[in-house]
Amino acid sequence: MFKQDLDFLGKRKFAMILSTILLIVSIASLAINGLKLGIDFTGGTLVEIGYKQAADLGILRETLEKSGFDDATVQNFGTTKDVLIRLKPKKGISNAELSTQILESINKNGTEIADVRRVEFVGPQVGDELAEDGGLALLYSMFGILLYVAWRFEYKFALGSVAALLHDVVITLGFFSLLQLEFDLTVLAAILAVIGYSLNDTIVVYDRIRENFRNLRQDSAKEIMNISLNQTLSRTLMTSVTTALVLMALAVLGGEIIHNFAIALLVGVGIGTYSSIFIASPVVLSLGISKEDLMVPVAEGADIDDMP
Amino acid sequence: MQNHFPLWKNLMILIVFVIGIIYASPNLFGNDPSVQLASSATIKLKQKQADVIKAELDKAGLNIKEFEFNNNKVLVRFNNIDDQLKASDLLKAKMGNDVTVALNLAPATPTWLRALNASPMYLGLDLRGGVHFLLEVDMDAAIKQAEERYNLDVKAGLRSHKIRYKSISKNNGIIKITLKNSVDSIATQDFLNSDLSGLTVKESSEAENTLLVSLSRQEKLEIKKFALDQNMTTLRNRVNEIGVAEPVIQQQGDNRIVIQLPGVQDTTKAKAILGKTATLEYRLVDVEHDVQKAVQGLPVIGSRLYYEVDGNPILLKRRVIVTGAEIVDAAYTMDQNNAPAVSITLNGIGAKKMGKMTQKNVGKPMAVVFIEYKSKTRTVNGKKEKYKEKVEKVISVATIRDSFSKRFQTTGLDNAEEARTLSLLLRAGALAAPVDIIEERTVGPSLGQDNIDKGFNSVIVGLILVLVFMLIYYRLFGLVANIALAFNLVVIVAVLSMIQATLTLPGIAGIVLTVGMAVDANVLIFERIKEELKNNNTPQSSIFVGYEKAFATIFDANITTLLVALVLFGFGTGAIKGFAITLSIGILSSMFTSILGTRMLINWFYGNRRVKKLSI
Repeated sequence: MFKQDLDFLGKRKFAMILSTILLIVSIASLAINGLKLGIDFTGGTLVEIGYKQAADLGILRETLEKSGFDDATVQNFGTTKDVLIRLKPKKGISNAELSTQILESINKNGTEIADVRRVEFVGPQVGDELAEDGGLALLYSMFGILLYVAWRFEYKFALGSVAALLHDVVITLGFFSLLQLEFDLTVLAAILAVIGYSLNDTIVVYDRIRENFRNLRQDSAKEIMNISLNQTLSRTLMTSVTTALVLMALAVLGGEIIHNFAIALLVGVGIGTYSSIFIASPVVLSLGISKEDLMVPVAEGADIDDMP
Repeated sequence: MQNHFPLWKNLMILIVFVIGIIYASPNLFGNDPSVQLASSATIKLKQKQADVIKAELDKAGLNIKEFEFNNNKVLVRFNNIDDQLKASDLLKAKMGNDVTVALNLAPATPTWLRALNASPMYLGLDLRGGVHFLLEVDMDAAIKQAEERYNLDVKAGLRSHKIRYKSISKNNGIIKITLKNSVDSIATQDFLNSDLSGLTVKESSEAENTLLVSLSRQEKLEIKKFALDQNMTTLRNRVNEIGVAEPVIQQQGDNRIVIQLPGVQDTTKAKAILGKTATLEYRLVDVEHDVQKAVQGLPVIGSRLYYEVDGNPILLKRRVIVTGAEIVDAAYTMDQNNAPAVSITLNGIGAKKMGKMTQKNVGKPMAVVFIEYKSKTRTVNGKKEKYKEKVEKVISVATIRDSFSKRFQTTGLDNAEEARTLSLLLRAGALAAPVDIIEERTVGPSLGQDNIDKGFNSVIVGLILVLVFMLIYYRLFGLVANIALAFNLVVIVAVLSMIQATLTLPGIAGIVLTVGMAVDANVLIFERIKEELKNNNTPQSSIFVGYEKAFATIFDANITTLLVALVLFGFGTGAIKGFAITLSIGILSSMFTSILGTRMLINWFYGNRRVKKLSI
């Protein structure tokens, strides 16, 4: 189905230019727009209510304003019957009572009783911690990967894989920043899953490169890598397609709460697939990988003999 | 022989398959609306009470599906929600204060499956609906209270040892005692060190015969630990009072408590009850001194100025007769004027103190002080700062007509609701230190069901898409991979049910993602087989070599993903943990099903026979 002699590494200059542009745009957007952080990280109050019929947002806003919640944002969530009300952490009252007051004022003035679907309150201290923990989780996973890949392969591969992962994370974050999609805890989890996925792809390619370095007679690292990339290409694309299929199902059917999670993964899987071909291997090549680096007789045979 | 599994391998895979099906099956049966009854902490439900409950329900003509009495708990299952609600109202009215009645959705697992310890997956709050609170214990307040206590102890100690001091002052948690001479100073140090071991005593380097006394580091740790433990106990009691089936109350870190109340809808009430630090104090009224002097700001020895609810100033003795901590039971009642009241029972020590005091002071007035901490925010140097305001109001002043000790009534409360809440709080015990709700996540029941439906739909649709795609692309091998994928889902659900890990919406997303990624192992193997075929290997050896070569790759690739899942688990909170768990289980089970499972099927199709062409 796929042509098996594509010159991926010959095109690495184009890939580098494309990636550099994407990275610059992402970083610039992150610097200028920042991320639209959800209340998981900023702290604040969120109330989701549902009506039997389409809700009149104008009246709701008016009601809230009259009750002193003038900084409340009111918007539909998923359907016209569901409404999401958000409040920033408020001066004076930054306690859990806020959501109760909101509901009271809505139900007092509204014609129809709202069904409470969700209430979230995150204190500012919790938000800060979650953000910090999230950042640390990203760092630790990168570091763990660096060590594992360096141990199983070679440090040049470790650097290549982490470069590809950073590339994926920054561009996915950039995507969220550029479109100002809400970044909450589930999206952070998605970013970490993207790391896992993209790494999975990269390792498969690396594994083949290592095997070919040992078995093929060619000397040119570039050629061996090209062969490896071509050999794994159909697998890379197949897996991306199946994963993308389920993610699309999740994005369309999974509901509003999980929507951005699915979007982050979809973008990440796309970028991850690209980076495992066009970033991970070229970086290893640029670092000057040679046959000797991989010629150490590793006790790989043990694993293979245990095969089912 | 190539491509042939020994019998034990086939058997093992089949056994795993059967076990998987058995333990995944409880998830198919849904829930019974039910009512759960448990007694309060001290008294246990007995068989006799269980019989009474059953008789009451039968008398009311309610259709009981099943009646269980286990571990001092009664669980009554009903056929519909109507009966459940009727039964709950009935039992609440009949059983009184001693028994808590909670609505519950009990899994309708058939008895034979329950006998195997099989139960459905434990759904997280985002799926079943309920409230999650994260509470922070105000440790500064706990320390301050302890310092206050020690301050009094130090003064009392100086008095009882007949040591006279020049001055004593308290600043920033340090008590500064200036004594007359070095003899007194040494005597003071001696008794402080022997009697009050929780204090660190230092001689001041700035002034002579001056001691600086503060809480030792060890003591501070003890106080914090005690405050947390005590608060956990109290909160557990309070949750029991609210009546929640399967509540979760856990410590998190040094100063936080997680509370999860599945199925609770009325969060306002839950919040009010969990966070409240209301308690009572009984004090004698100071009738010897003039209140007006105190109002003008003149200090009155041994007494303090309070205000009644209507704003009248009143002088009360500093010495407390009894506090809320000495109350063992409190119930809401009506006094003789039909006004709301709380009837109170004291413990032995409290009763003795109250008895002595009332005997000596018949004819004198006694006051009840209602104390409540309210969380407020103020701005200090441009920075927002949270603080607790102690609100004290004198809710009743009454003349002691006769001596009393163990049981009595307190009146003067605003309304019935306040009396009810106060009695509940007194019953459950006071919080050792005030708590703040720093995180709340409430999911209503409609959203919970929505989340389940949406999650389920995405799993099914995602699965079908992958199945169709694999079948078209890999034909027979695709079919085999599909069977393995379905098996994989069964195993994931079975493992989640067995370990009773919490399934959350992100957890379902993890399952969906696993469905997409699980076929990866098969894609790797099948692509290898195709390559081998292209290199003109025989079909049999292509299968053999394909599986063999792909294994190391699959292993490496999955280990790294598992690594990331572990990091996620370590750092994540609730929902994210759910995602990490399903992802990890999915990775491990997919390695089993897509390597061993598919191999078994492929061996059945192609093993031990001559094959010219593979359907791949």
